Amino acid sequence: MLDLRLTPAFLRRATALFLVVMLAFSLAACGGQKAEAPDESPGEPVVETSEVILASTTSTEDSGLFGEIIPAFEEAYPQYKVSVVAVGTGQALEIGRNKDADVLLVHAKSDEEEFVAEGYGIERRDVMYNDFIIVGPESDPAGIKGETDAKKAFEAIANGKHLFVSRGDDSGTHKREMSVWKAAGIEPAGDWYNSIGQGMGDTLQFASESEGYTLTDRGTYLSMKGKLDLVIAVEGDPLLLNQYGVIVVTDANNLEGGQAFADWVVSPEAQDVIAKFGVAEFGEPLFVPNAK
Amino acid sequence: MSVLVEAVVTSVRLVLQGSEEFWNVIAVTFEVAIISTIVGVLLGTPMGFLMGATRFRGRRTMIALTNTGMAIPPVVIGLLVMMMLSRKGPLGFLGMLYTVNAMSVAQTFISTPMIAGLTAAAVASIPYKLRLQARSLGASPWQEALLVIKEARLGVVAAVAAGFGAVVRGVGAVMMVGGNIEGKTRVLTTAIVQESRKGEFGTSLAYGIILMTVTFGLNGLITWYQHSSERLGRV
Repeated sequence: MLDLRLTPAFLRRATALFLVVMLAFSLAACGGQKAEAPDESPGEPVVETSEVILASTTSTEDSGLFGEIIPAFEEAYPQYKVSVVAVGTGQALEIGRNKDADVLLVHAKSDEEEFVAEGYGIERRDVMYNDFIIVGPESDPAGIKGETDAKKAFEAIANGKHLFVSRGDDSGTHKREMSVWKAAGIEPAGDWYNSIGQGMGDTLQFASESEGYTLTDRGTYLSMKGKLDLVIAVEGDPLLLNQYGVIVVTDANNLEGGQAFADWVVSPEAQDVIAKFGVAEFGEPLFVPNAK
Repeated sequence: MSVLVEAVVTSVRLVLQGSEEFWNVIAVTFEVAIISTIVGVLLGTPMGFLMGATRFRGRRTMIALTNTGMAIPPVVIGLLVMMMLSRKGPLGFLGMLYTVNAMSVAQTFISTPMIAGLTAAAVASIPYKLRLQARSLGASPWQEALLVIKEARLGVVAAVAAGFGAVVRGVGAVMMVGGNIEGKTRVLTTAIVQESRKGEFGTSLAYGIILMTVTFGLNGLITWYQHSSERLGRV
């Protein structure tokens, strides 16, 4: 027979025990990984690894490219472990200015050149490009499907006051959108123009749900295509080319590691990995390597 | 509806055949939450006791500041901690930005005011006469303090649970100072943000279900503890 009067005391002890076990478990889990890491490749000499912080953009990370190129880099350079911090281009450059990252992979060429000119970065090199496209609902209320001039498409959207969703986050994509508006001589504002201040994926979701148009990089669109009710309306305008560059941060904390990554990503080996990325899944590459 | 089914299936699949990455996310989530709760208790309970049970100059200011601290958006705390820990910031020499420790520090700034404020309220509700009685029986100030905390323990436990809840569900601060680095600083909430951004609502919701289940289990135990204490008190 259980003594019922003892039960609350027992429960309290059980709770205390549970909390202690939880704590021990989480500490062990955290400590365990560090201890286990070198055991993964028995036989090979244990290499002292240093962390390389790569600041990049959410659109690049969401495309899944890093899942391909970072393991390939770490295999070629086992002494480095890459940590990707994915933020907007504006924040990535700011992180670089504060030397909180060692190397940047971003896509806002004029800002990148300014960054290097101001002495924050050592050198900017082309890595690859993809292109921006204008996507919208199948019904195409602005009648821009098949248009190859991005400016004309934007004019049609603005004149008809068709819903347009803007990243509004100072990202490379947002900057490109603003430069197309500027080229078209339009100051976008009004009820039809939604600036949501979020990442590419969020923006595509928003456009899909609200049957609006948006400017997106092709990679993110292709990787999410199955979940969106959006079709490509405009593509192929040279204004919409999206060039990625790599920059090593001046006096970076892990300068050698940052330099090694930058040198590797423009090497023929890495360029080959980039060229093949996405072909199996989407039937076309998401990025075109163009390092010189 | 299909998203909900996918989420439940995905959450079960993640737990049963969870990858190393998945368990790492879980481990980091609870490492940060537990450390910041423990430090929050160590700092917040004495602060709460002072505010709730004693009188001193600046007490009201301290209470006002604590209540403000409970209302500061986590992302603002994240931004401030990020600026402190940045290599250009005053604590940059520590090289701590984008680490799990940086996340624990930021979350401690969230848990401490929460625990302090709620502890103060719990302690203040203990009748003053009880303390007078203890004093008349020859209790030292330490014994008196211990008695007050002991009498207010249900409220104090609730304060700790609230502190834990605030840090385990937080996303703004850990995103800013942790950077959501895969295999390193990714936690359940930042993984949820990322998966939703990619349109992977099923996976995203699955992470949410796991987070809710674990938190529910913990809070269930705490409620059980409170309930059993109440019953014990009545006997």
